[in-house]
Amino acid sequence: MEAWGVALIKVVFIWAWTLIIATLMTWVERRGSAMIQDRLGPNVCGPFGILQPLADGIKLFTKEDIVPEKAKKILFALGPIMFALPAFSAYAVIPFGDKIVIGGKEIILQVADVNIGFLYIMAIGAMSVYGIVVGGWGSNNKFSILGGLRSTAQLISYEVPFGLALLSVVIIYGTFSLREIVLHQQGTFLGFLPNWGIFKQPLGFILFIVTAYCEANRVPFDLPEAESEIVAGYHTEYGSMRLGLYLFGEYVNMYTLSALMVTLYFGGWHIPYIDMSKFLGPVAYGIASFLVFFLKTCFFLWLFVWVRWTVPRFRYDQVMSLGWKSLIPLALLNLFITAFLVQLTI
Amino acid sequence: MAQDYVKINIGPSHPAMHGTLRVIAETDGETIINAEPEIGYLHRGVEKLAESMTYHQFIPVTDRLNYCSAIPNNVAYEMAVEKLMGIEVPEKAQLIRVIMMELSRISDHIVCVGILGVDIGALTPFFYLFIQRETIYEMFEWYNGSRLTNTFGRIGGVEAPLFPGFEQKWIEFKPELMKAIDEMDKLLTHNRIWMDRTIGTTAFSAEDALNWGFTGPCLRACGVKRDLRRDEPYCMYDKFEFDIPVGKYGDVFDRYWVRMIEMYESIKIIDQAIEMYKALPDDAPLMAKVPKILKASEGEIYSAIESPNGELGFYLRGDGSDKPYRLKIRPPCYMVYQAFGELVNGEMVADLIACLSSLNVIAGELDR
Repeated sequence: MEAWGVALIKVVFIWAWTLIIATLMTWVERRGSAMIQDRLGPNVCGPFGILQPLADGIKLFTKEDIVPEKAKKILFALGPIMFALPAFSAYAVIPFGDKIVIGGKEIILQVADVNIGFLYIMAIGAMSVYGIVVGGWGSNNKFSILGGLRSTAQLISYEVPFGLALLSVVIIYGTFSLREIVLHQQGTFLGFLPNWGIFKQPLGFILFIVTAYCEANRVPFDLPEAESEIVAGYHTEYGSMRLGLYLFGEYVNMYTLSALMVTLYFGGWHIPYIDMSKFLGPVAYGIASFLVFFLKTCFFLWLFVWVRWTVPRFRYDQVMSLGWKSLIPLALLNLFITAFLVQLTI
Repeated sequence: MAQDYVKINIGPSHPAMHGTLRVIAETDGETIINAEPEIGYLHRGVEKLAESMTYHQFIPVTDRLNYCSAIPNNVAYEMAVEKLMGIEVPEKAQLIRVIMMELSRISDHIVCVGILGVDIGALTPFFYLFIQRETIYEMFEWYNGSRLTNTFGRIGGVEAPLFPGFEQKWIEFKPELMKAIDEMDKLLTHNRIWMDRTIGTTAFSAEDALNWGFTGPCLRACGVKRDLRRDEPYCMYDKFEFDIPVGKYGDVFDRYWVRMIEMYESIKIIDQAIEMYKALPDDAPLMAKVPKILKASEGEIYSAIESPNGELGFYLRGDGSDKPYRLKIRPPCYMVYQAFGELVNGEMVADLIACLSSLNVIAGELDR
């Protein structure tokens, strides 16, 4: 066990880092959508409008906090917290870099290397739906309830293929620890392919990315907050920082899921064919591994934005049938093939 | 059981309700059991207003019918008055009317198709097309100073020739517009999600459509090849070559597709009209001989044109004075919207929104 001081620094660092990324993501989303749509986007606050998130934050904090008269007060207050907290906690088990050696002490770049990191992510990921349902129910608004219900329906259709896709990865690497999974992805196999999850689990990755979009409530699966259909879905009645927490939680979720994609399928901090630890100093290597991981994550964050502004939205029954009729059989097939191949090679 | 259904009140203030429409929907989960559209939130008494205005004074009021495309409304009214008084409009004025009406048709379809995309969740194509709509509005502005409520034309002709450089502007604008429509087509038409969402939703048969009194793109979407521009030509439409696109099932996809093709057809018509316009001498008359104070003799007429939404008809009855005795408007939306409740029964809430946008119900025209 490492000193608690180091652990605390890591917790604070990753907390602040996640906050910064999520904040910046709101800016990236707006500038990105503007770029895609031939517009300018926010460009007044600071250079390229980069201070726009700050202005938005101040606005959200200083707005009047309105609670509808007939809302269920406790549930109404609990909703955003239940949504945002799991989003932040999920990042704890994701290894955001290899290790850094300072003064002879080895510091692992991960808040907690738990051996069931996997189950933790799944459990925490499913928790955020409670935030949506509770908030939607507590608002005492029909549109909010519809949003909450849609979210539940969505959960039961994506959570199973999500879990099955992850399970195939576990079968391949034989461990539940996310850190060990990344370590396994070093080097190459078949002589030329990087030892990444994407090459060993191509179908699994497609299943995972689809369900991840579902989990993040992003287009094409943004049914719980489909603006044109049910006003704003579960957060129709929310305002001020309560709404802020919902919006913020969404971006934190996206960040966690992108990091998970990199961890499981894109080799974490590894660069294909190059072993950075051989020619970089211990401190430089730690920082480099962190940056590589971050850059890969950025790509998937951008993919979230890109997809959002490209495709239309599914209908709620179509998401259900997609989940049950296509994703689950495919995930089962993938699991079966993976298990079979692993059994053959052992 | 009836009491188990949830009644949701969609509108009049709802992001997808296009202004002031309202639907009271009884839902079982997300399935709509019974939808009751309620109209009248934008009723301004336009028809009664006409009775206390002279024939000319009423033209600006017609802008406010279908505010997405004001020019066809103006022309439809002007043509009704001309028919009542027996005025022959000179050829040059008719060509200007055709050009402006077709531009207006494009801008109306841009609004309809773009908003349909937004309502189904695709925001981006909407921007591609709305940038082009801006250019169309610029052209309107250059012609007579207004963008949205154009108050275009006079009874007996038009006020001015096309501004110099119009053709140049059109030549520059045309490829941009076609590119934008193509981009929308690429992003949506064959998109799997888009097809899943639109094909087969709220379909209707040709027979039903005719019984309901559908006109325009909604009628053509189910395979009835009726277009007043071809069937009862006005404004020299019989001299232009253009196709009338028809769909097959009348579902959201066909309504979308018919409008997309019609934009291309309108571009064709404008091209031909500009050629014909150039062939006319510069000093060709723009106005027919119209007395300063218009007084209609006693009599009644009905005159209709193919507005972007369908048949827009004006019934006029003159009583010898300078004001109409009675004016009745036949808006295309009214007939379309009456079927709305029946169309969405048994569909989902999300389909209700898609259906409404693809029918292109404009509250100003519906409530008058």
